[in-house]
Amino acid sequence: MKVLMLGWELPPHNSGGLGVACYQLCEELSKNDVDLEFILPYEAEHNINFMKVTAARTDGILEIIKAGNAYDSYRYIYQDGHDEWHNLYEQAEFYEHAVGDMIKGLSFDVVHAHDWLTFRAALKVKALNRNIPIILHVHSIESDRAGGDLGNPLVREIEETAMLAADSVIAVSDLTKQKIVKEYNIPADKIEVIYNSIDRNSLQPSSPDNSYRYLMQLKQNGYKIVSNVGRITIQKGLTNLIHAAQIVCQKLPKTVFLLVGSGDQFNELVGLSAELGVGANVVFAGFQRGKSWRDSFSIADLFVMPSVSEPFGLTPLEAGFYGVPSLVSKQSGVSEVLSNCLVVDFWDVNEMANKIVGVLRSDALHDTLSSEIENELLSLSWEKPAKDVKRLYEKHTQGAEA
Amino acid sequence: MKSISLYMHVHQPYRLRHYTIFDSGVNHDYFDAPWDNNENNKRVLLKVAEKSYLPTNARLLQLLNKYPEFKLSLSMSGVLLEQLEAWSPEALRSFQELVNTGRVELVAETYHHSLAFFYSRSEFETQVAMHKEIIKRIFNQEPKVFRNTELAYNNELAAWAQDAGYSGILAEGWHQMLGWRSPNYVYRPVGAPNIKLLLKNYRLSDDIAFRFGDHNWSEWPLTADKFVHWLSDDQDAEIFNLFMDYETFGEHQWQESGIFEFLDHLPGYWLADSNHGFMTVSQAADTIEAVGEVDTPNTITWADTERDLSAWLGNAMQQQAISALYALEKPLLELNDWAIIDDWRKLQTSDHFYYMCIKWFNDGDIHAYFSPYDSPYEAYLNFMNAFHDLKSRLLDRGVLV
Repeated sequence: MKVLMLGWELPPHNSGGLGVACYQLCEELSKNDVDLEFILPYEAEHNINFMKVTAARTDGILEIIKAGNAYDSYRYIYQDGHDEWHNLYEQAEFYEHAVGDMIKGLSFDVVHAHDWLTFRAALKVKALNRNIPIILHVHSIESDRAGGDLGNPLVREIEETAMLAADSVIAVSDLTKQKIVKEYNIPADKIEVIYNSIDRNSLQPSSPDNSYRYLMQLKQNGYKIVSNVGRITIQKGLTNLIHAAQIVCQKLPKTVFLLVGSGDQFNELVGLSAELGVGANVVFAGFQRGKSWRDSFSIADLFVMPSVSEPFGLTPLEAGFYGVPSLVSKQSGVSEVLSNCLVVDFWDVNEMANKIVGVLRSDALHDTLSSEIENELLSLSWEKPAKDVKRLYEKHTQGAEA
Repeated sequence: MKSISLYMHVHQPYRLRHYTIFDSGVNHDYFDAPWDNNENNKRVLLKVAEKSYLPTNARLLQLLNKYPEFKLSLSMSGVLLEQLEAWSPEALRSFQELVNTGRVELVAETYHHSLAFFYSRSEFETQVAMHKEIIKRIFNQEPKVFRNTELAYNNELAAWAQDAGYSGILAEGWHQMLGWRSPNYVYRPVGAPNIKLLLKNYRLSDDIAFRFGDHNWSEWPLTADKFVHWLSDDQDAEIFNLFMDYETFGEHQWQESGIFEFLDHLPGYWLADSNHGFMTVSQAADTIEAVGEVDTPNTITWADTERDLSAWLGNAMQQQAISALYALEKPLLELNDWAIIDDWRKLQTSDHFYYMCIKWFNDGDIHAYFSPYDSPYEAYLNFMNAFHDLKSRLLDRGVLV
């Protein structure tokens, strides 16, 4: 079984959960005799041996360089020496044309594309060869990323057209499936829910010497730490978390909220926390990887994922791995699979504060949630999702193989 | 007799290096940016010394030697003097040479260029005393006139300065406060009859400090000749208080703008009329009679179009940062650890709060020019991380805050 994977990022060059999910799914698929070629929009070292990773590059282009994360502008260096900067939309078009050129010499049984940036490329393949089944994997749709609004109509058009044309759609949660049906009128029987999972072997254990020395000190003095790790953008619902923080700090002044990540709402939230008088209780650590990323979980007494719309949401599972209980919004896919966590509507600031205070005040609640989520994680792996994905491939290729 | 009272303010803060939450509680070197960073304080000081202090002082000394009637006043913050002593003894010596002529008067202020007056009276008084001490040690002079940081002034401050024994105090001659009255006279503050109020003529001062190099300004180019004509034509004046940042010369207005030539010629042109003179600020306070009372219940400063404290304390981040800092005062002073107290005071310098100003769209260019940060939000976070470290050091010593 040969599969052409179209994706936008892979670790360590990822900005969030999409890259992690793609990586771990592909790794598990490769163990199930699936032969993968993964096309990325940029060139970088990945150290991956379970599949072939190539950069989408058409003739005449010497090199494609990411400026920041995979969603910033890209710099194209041409063979004649000149260079051009291209934004995300232009980049998606370049990617489409490059993939169209590249597949001419390749043979494969299925195209599996992850999220809208690669959907045009998937359609391009379909246009060139109508017999190849196209499977679109939806990790988020435009209205998720817009945090409740409809979002960019051009992106919505790509999502709608591609999903209509696709042979199958994979949604990472039932929440996402329902939204696809409702917003794009895609037939429900064409959409299969395959939950993301977590590869516990990919996570390194935390070490006792936490990088946040000051916060550790505060903890020794009776402070509690509430953390969030994720992009600082409207989808993630952090405005409500800061409002909840204000209420929590009135009850429990010795509480610090640690926000780890970067994004377009950064200035707004920094200003808001000062306005609400909790500037000294909200700590912004910026984007972190490696040890300081792990420490951002392990230092916490509670992890909060208040997303306005979160198709899946990996971070509560990661928090659980580090023994930290989670409060997640009901508007998240992960709340469909995780039993041992607290849930709250993203907009219900008072209830959010209530539950945060509840966990911080009660060791019994904290400890039970923490040990139970650790147990629950033991049963989670990519084995089942990968088998489900492979079964879907087989469903569409049976005719071809016969 | 008409006089010019030229007063220049010399100051450089200790800028913070890029300081993250991972530094808090671990590294206490907030003010030590690497040499190749723009926030490196020694680098900034050497640059300003070369572009401004050394060439300007050389000219001022020549002028003092050439014209016995030429006089001026300077205020130099304690944190600036520290940095000059450490990194540019040459520039410090050039200031001492000016003072040694006997015609350069030094003005009192807070050592740390802080807004302590509005947060802690005792801390404010400590910093004024520290400043007095360093001026005495370096220049062997005792200031007689007071200026508060950023010329932040109100009736209460005037009363304090009077009780502290100063003969004069400096403030912005803001037209909204003066109404029909002119800043070119000497006044008395309401509630402080024994001190004189000297008001900056902001139009004339800003012609030099801000507009001098502006090619779009209708009066550009401004020559000393033209400027002296304006002053001579003004029949309705006893004193022209030209108050400005010292760094106007060579730093805010670059050498290429002709600012040094302007300075070279100003005293000569002005003194050509025997009815014209120069005065230091204390001379003006001592010799010129007050023509009336000025009431300033609300604080005024010399910054921005609002002339209030909003450039430093206008938004929530600024208020949060400064009140968190002063909330540490009592436990921190009780610890009596000089290193901690010193860092706490360096964080009080008003520049840190100025960098957090978000009034970017009106006064933006001037704020952006002076800030080492990309945004006021970055400035706030960086400051708060340093604040967190101060708190961490208190926790290390068993002080609960």
